[in-house]
Amino acid sequence: MSSSTAAERGTGPDPAAMAALDSHWAAAPTLRNWFATVDHKRIGRRYLVTAALFFGFAGASALAMRTQLAGPEAGVLSAREYNQLFTMHGTAMIFLFSTPMLFGFGNFLVPLMIGTRDMAFPRLNAFGYWVFLFAGLFMWASVPAGAAPNGGWFAYVPLTDERHTPGLHLDVYTLGLLFLGISTTAGAINFIVTALKLRAPGMSLNRVPIFVWAIVATAFMVLFALPVLNLDNALLFLDRRFDTRFFEPERGGNVLLWQHLFWIFGHPDVYIIVMPALGIVSAVLPVFCRRGIVGYPLVVFSIVAIAIISFGVWVHHMFATGLPQLSYGFFSAASTVITIPSGLQIFAWLATMLFGRIVLSVPFLFVVGFLVTFVIGGFTGVMFALTAFDQQTTDTYFVVAHFHYVLFGGAVFPILAGIYYWLPKITGRMFDARLGRWAFWLVFLGMNLTFFPMHVSGLLGMPRRVYTYSGGLGWDALNVLATVGAYVLAVGLLLVAIGVVHALRRGDPAPDDPWGGDSLEWATSSPPKPYNFAVIPRVRSLHPVWDPATAESTGPGADEDRILAEGRRTLFTSEFDGRPERAVEMPEETLKPLVAAVGLLVLFLGLLFAWYWIAAGSGALVAGTLATWLWPPHRAPEEAGMTT
Amino acid sequence: MAGRGPQIRRRRSVPIPRAVGCGLLLLLCGCAGGAPSTLDPGGVGARRVADFWWLLFWISVAVFVEVMALLVWALVFRRHPRRRLDRSDPVRFVVVAGAGLPFVVLLAVYGLGLRDLAALAQPETPPAVTVEVTGHKWWWEVRYAGVDGATANEIRIPVGEPVRVRLRTADVLHSFWVPQLMPKTDLIAGKIRETWLHAERPGEYRGQCAEYCGLQHAHMAFLVVARPRAEFDAWLARLAEPAPAPDSDAERRGRQAFLQSACVACHTVRGTSATGTVGPDLSMLGARWSLGAGAVPNDGGHLGGWIANSQTVKPGNAMPPQPVDAAALPDLIAYLESLR
Repeated sequence: MSSSTAAERGTGPDPAAMAALDSHWAAAPTLRNWFATVDHKRIGRRYLVTAALFFGFAGASALAMRTQLAGPEAGVLSAREYNQLFTMHGTAMIFLFSTPMLFGFGNFLVPLMIGTRDMAFPRLNAFGYWVFLFAGLFMWASVPAGAAPNGGWFAYVPLTDERHTPGLHLDVYTLGLLFLGISTTAGAINFIVTALKLRAPGMSLNRVPIFVWAIVATAFMVLFALPVLNLDNALLFLDRRFDTRFFEPERGGNVLLWQHLFWIFGHPDVYIIVMPALGIVSAVLPVFCRRGIVGYPLVVFSIVAIAIISFGVWVHHMFATGLPQLSYGFFSAASTVITIPSGLQIFAWLATMLFGRIVLSVPFLFVVGFLVTFVIGGFTGVMFALTAFDQQTTDTYFVVAHFHYVLFGGAVFPILAGIYYWLPKITGRMFDARLGRWAFWLVFLGMNLTFFPMHVSGLLGMPRRVYTYSGGLGWDALNVLATVGAYVLAVGLLLVAIGVVHALRRGDPAPDDPWGGDSLEWATSSPPKPYNFAVIPRVRSLHPVWDPATAESTGPGADEDRILAEGRRTLFTSEFDGRPERAVEMPEETLKPLVAAVGLLVLFLGLLFAWYWIAAGSGALVAGTLATWLWPPHRAPEEAGMTT
Repeated sequence: MAGRGPQIRRRRSVPIPRAVGCGLLLLLCGCAGGAPSTLDPGGVGARRVADFWWLLFWISVAVFVEVMALLVWALVFRRHPRRRLDRSDPVRFVVVAGAGLPFVVLLAVYGLGLRDLAALAQPETPPAVTVEVTGHKWWWEVRYAGVDGATANEIRIPVGEPVRVRLRTADVLHSFWVPQLMPKTDLIAGKIRETWLHAERPGEYRGQCAEYCGLQHAHMAFLVVARPRAEFDAWLARLAEPAPAPDSDAERRGRQAFLQSACVACHTVRGTSATGTVGPDLSMLGARWSLGAGAVPNDGGHLGGWIANSQTVKPGNAMPPQPVDAAALPDLIAYLESLR
């Protein structure tokens, strides 16, 4: 392992080549370029900031709900308000926070970790961000309008059909998620192609960082799971707006069809959220144990296994719907088995700690918080795989406790660890460690104080999704505890935000590699240059930065075909072994992604308000923009960057 | 398991053997008098799951202690800055501790889970009584197979024998759940579902809708009243009889007001011209445990408030405010309370 900086490792290419790279990659700081950027680092940062904003909204909704539930029969929120807030809390935390946040990390980090200069489709990447932003605003704008979705994040029919919930509420939900799905799908495709084609030469599949494996596995899950949700939402929209009858039993439809389709998406989605977060853990934990992760092939195996098995467990969300016993037996088995790959990862991390030399830094503290809480969520997860126990505790506060241990424990703690870990790389600034420790302890205590009592109130018979409850049923004290915990948690999260702002304003300049990390993002400057790497490294091991041979590959005398200074270019390599194939031209700043996203926004607004002519017109605008976007440029092959 | 008090509202103690080592859980359970607790079962189905829970709980505690011991060990003994790094790759430890041992435990637990799944599917003996429950936004219509008559938000069952419950919904999905008696079964639009209850001791067991069903999902509770067979038979016979005739002048005037009002369009009182079926049958209203499916207690004051404007009590329910003459309201309340 080396603690030297990138500058010491090698001076890179000659000054002329550096100047050429700068001229081809750096965008002038104009307003147009702010909107037109295709730089994965700026887009990644925007994902992170926007997702954090939506997290704030959804968290504020949760605080309002906890305030209402602090006492029995309280009047802080009306039933109408509460039902909208709990629906938006769940929908936003799942769709507008977790996945975009982790896609933000992926966007920023995947090209850096695999040693390339951008995502495979930089314009698609920008398009994905704008669509995410607009879809999020589309959904959140319904809250002040009093028309927010109110059928729960799972939107079960027939409650959500036109007869039982008239108004725009559920149209915002179906259209909002369809709109957002475009962004998530585009992002997933981009991650897969980037990780398969743009890895630095020498980075064969067995040298790919686990975080990248996790992002790619997640992207594959998105591609298989999301179409099912899109279908479900499209059918519901058609039912509501055009009186089709997919879900109306009186007219030959089936209400359980909605649930099957929803959970065929919904359970893989739990892993879509958690898996990249586990990838963050696998990136952060070994660095602070000063060694590589134990059992790298096992961890990769468990990621792939989870990605596959997760498609065979959805019925455990429907154990109380009265399906045949035999199917319960099967889905119970699959749901039990899926805990084993997670167990493998837990013990791989524990072994890494036991065989390492631990540095108890702030990111590592959050990893420890993750381990403690995620394990508890895992136990209750096994319990929900067992049909009889599931039937007793599903739809109670026990399940609320369970999935917050899984999702807060399994996703938010790693996200916080990731924020502290990569903040120096992303911003070029160090954070205040003391503030970070305070934040950790408040978040950890607040989280457990909020959600642990919910196990008990669920066992004591408190159903979930109730806007109020009767006193004297044994639930009062538990709810007070949970509400107090929620406020402690909120203060802790506020300290995280303050820590980030403080780092940006007052933080010391960050060195290139403040933690002694092993993956390639630490081999660039903090923050990285627009082209990431002046010389695309030649990777010789799983831990390229700890490996002198890889470091030397970016030093003087690097091959010209890894500098690629004459144009905005990067390197294609082969899918499995990472053998260099050819240089490819990367696109320049363009406003087309933004125009297409705005067109889609207008299209979805047109559908929402039943202005179908406007929707059709903006559909034509989107199609036209895509046509000019995809039109092949007329250039000579050598001009287009093709090597002959 | 907890003690066997006859009434759910009575405070219960958590017995010592179960509590040892429960730590925080014990502390929190201790404050839980009167809860419709799954851990204080009064029925065969819930008892099976409660026993299963305690097994799962202790397994979880054991594994948690194991994992935390390793974690704390690492955090305490692996932080020395001059510690020599162990570069070995202890894959066998990971496979055995992370997959092998869990697999054995999970296999056993899964087997027990299948056993419980089968046990909950059918009662041991075929039920003699069948209750027909229909979920409405937001109340429970309760009828008995072969018996003419209905009540709402209250299910009487004989104690010591299984009772079949047939579940339908009139509108959206609901879920039928009596935590102390039986795990839940959803009410599915367009389908009929069945479950069963087997109360082991007489008592009153609170149930509540457990599937989100819209605005007033929070106020869709019911009570299962388990009584000795003879008492249950007598009650069931009364259910089919006409509602009691008024005893006093006030009740007579109240009945007059009731029958001349809009009430009859939606409500039934057996033996009168009120035969509406939109809202709950009121023939036994006076004896019910609550108004509005758990929204407020059933007493004169709340009843008057409910009649005048139930939208302030349970916003969004199907009953519009009633323009009842203030002078006639006490009579109306007196009459409705006499329906037992």
